[in-house]
Amino acid sequence: MNKSPMISITDVTYEYTNVDDTDLIALDHVDLTIKKGEHLVIIGHNGSGKSTLAKQMNALLLPSSGVVKVADMDTRDPALLWSIRQTAGMVFQNPDNQIVATIVEEDVAFGPENLGIEPTEIMNRVTASLERVDMLQYRHKAPHLLSGGQKQRIAIAGVIAMKPDCIIFDEPTAMLDPSGRKEVINAMKLLNREEGITVVHITHFMEEAVGAHRVAVMEDGRLVMVGTPREVFTRVDELKKLGLDVPQMTELASELRKEGIDIPADVLTVEEMVTHLCQLKLMD
Amino acid sequence: MSIKIDGLTHTYNPGSPFETHALKNVTMEIESGEFIGLIGHTGSGKSTLIQHLNGLLKATSGSIWINSVEITKPGVKLKDIRKKVGLVFQYPEYQLFEETIEKDIAFGPTNLGLKEEEVRQRVKEAMEMVKLPYDELKDRSPFDLSGGQRRRVAIAGVLAMQPDILILDEPTASLDPRGRDEILEQIKLLHQQKKMTVILVSHSMEDIGRLVNRIIVMHQGTIAFSGTPREIFSQAEELESIGLGVPQISHLMKAMNRNGCQLPEDVFTVEEAKTIIMDYLRGKHHA
Repeated sequence: MNKSPMISITDVTYEYTNVDDTDLIALDHVDLTIKKGEHLVIIGHNGSGKSTLAKQMNALLLPSSGVVKVADMDTRDPALLWSIRQTAGMVFQNPDNQIVATIVEEDVAFGPENLGIEPTEIMNRVTASLERVDMLQYRHKAPHLLSGGQKQRIAIAGVIAMKPDCIIFDEPTAMLDPSGRKEVINAMKLLNREEGITVVHITHFMEEAVGAHRVAVMEDGRLVMVGTPREVFTRVDELKKLGLDVPQMTELASELRKEGIDIPADVLTVEEMVTHLCQLKLMD
Repeated sequence: MSIKIDGLTHTYNPGSPFETHALKNVTMEIESGEFIGLIGHTGSGKSTLIQHLNGLLKATSGSIWINSVEITKPGVKLKDIRKKVGLVFQYPEYQLFEETIEKDIAFGPTNLGLKEEEVRQRVKEAMEMVKLPYDELKDRSPFDLSGGQRRRVAIAGVLAMQPDILILDEPTASLDPRGRDEILEQIKLLHQQKKMTVILVSHSMEDIGRLVNRIIVMHQGTIAFSGTPREIFSQAEELESIGLGVPQISHLMKAMNRNGCQLPEDVFTVEEAKTIIMDYLRGKHHA
């Protein structure tokens, strides 16, 4: 089995010139390795470089210096561009900006059609992809009549029809209501756990980061923390200083610890909090 | 400035196969100076409702009074209503269009026929209210700004109309936590200092819980619940049955009680939860 990482980012800097001729450094010597099958969440406030980093992962942007490799393919090699984009698919924030066809199944077929795949195989892929995101019953519907969460799942189906090894989600739930968010997150987790697809997920919702394997925090174009959700979210005060949220349960644990309560700092979920509080009560 | 809605119904595409009853016989009152949180699932009728409040949509039947003026009567001057009721749409920054920030914010007041000096004064004040430095930014293009700043310019454009009622449709969607907190803080100040009546549409139960005086929950074109955040969030099952959630802290309290505690369930901030749990651990609440 190939043990090479899904994506390796080595000493990547990305600079661009703003409209008023000032040079901006969007990525400042970033190093990050994403393993196959990993679910990585990237957080950071607007302008911290998250989306710029994500766009490096499927050659939408190329490094000013440093190297990005997707499944060992160097993104600077123009001959590899289509293979890279097929390996690492991307889902964006606004579902309305990524749907191209007037019928759901045609939209999902758009990617594979462009790969020059046989029509019967395309139909198989469309059916399987729609089934994966639980949207098969909508295959003949018009996308504009669907809810935000449903549209976003169509966009995901369009990406999985390309059979990628990795999907990069750039704030896919920012424009959705709570039930739409849940639909998209569930689809994402399913793809990661059951299909082994590597997931890179950029979000502002810390609750969505709790179930990831690792969390990376960006600030000013640099990676300032990388670790498991427990390792990262325990640093409540540092995250707050960066203008970020922490999951409410972790914040509560931190507040209780300040009062001298002996509770672990890395509580992430309601269930864990209940367990710890009940144990504490039994001990007195 | 108060709002009274009586038997408001709105039907989209009446008589066609696409007929949809977006609002069904909605009756409610909002007192002057209230801070209302309007929540509901997508398609519950929130946006349809708020668009009636400044006459953007016409009622199929029913009436609306803004103060003592019945705005649903034929012949009412909608311009007068729109001066009093300011509506900030979702993603309002997409509506910016002028070359400079000052011109963009001045667009509304200029159309009211105000004198140049008065317009400038209003632009200055509106920018101050949303914490955008006037001298530094007035001649800049709104398109040079960050997303959060652009949104503040758009909100300033509505504030420059000096409305008595401010309605905001998901003003923090897609903002990062810092941008979100800044905008919400400014809305809170407008409510407290300018005594504006505010209606905030939001999906964030945490934000709604810590800001508003009263929550109105919409479901399938009707008002499902109305009450203080405490009253509303103690009904977790009912809210979940209509696709809404309660803040995580409320979940925690419920989960503790399932484990044999007797803690209050109408709690939704980390601060309050801390106090209650400290009391519980010190034995003030009995397990």
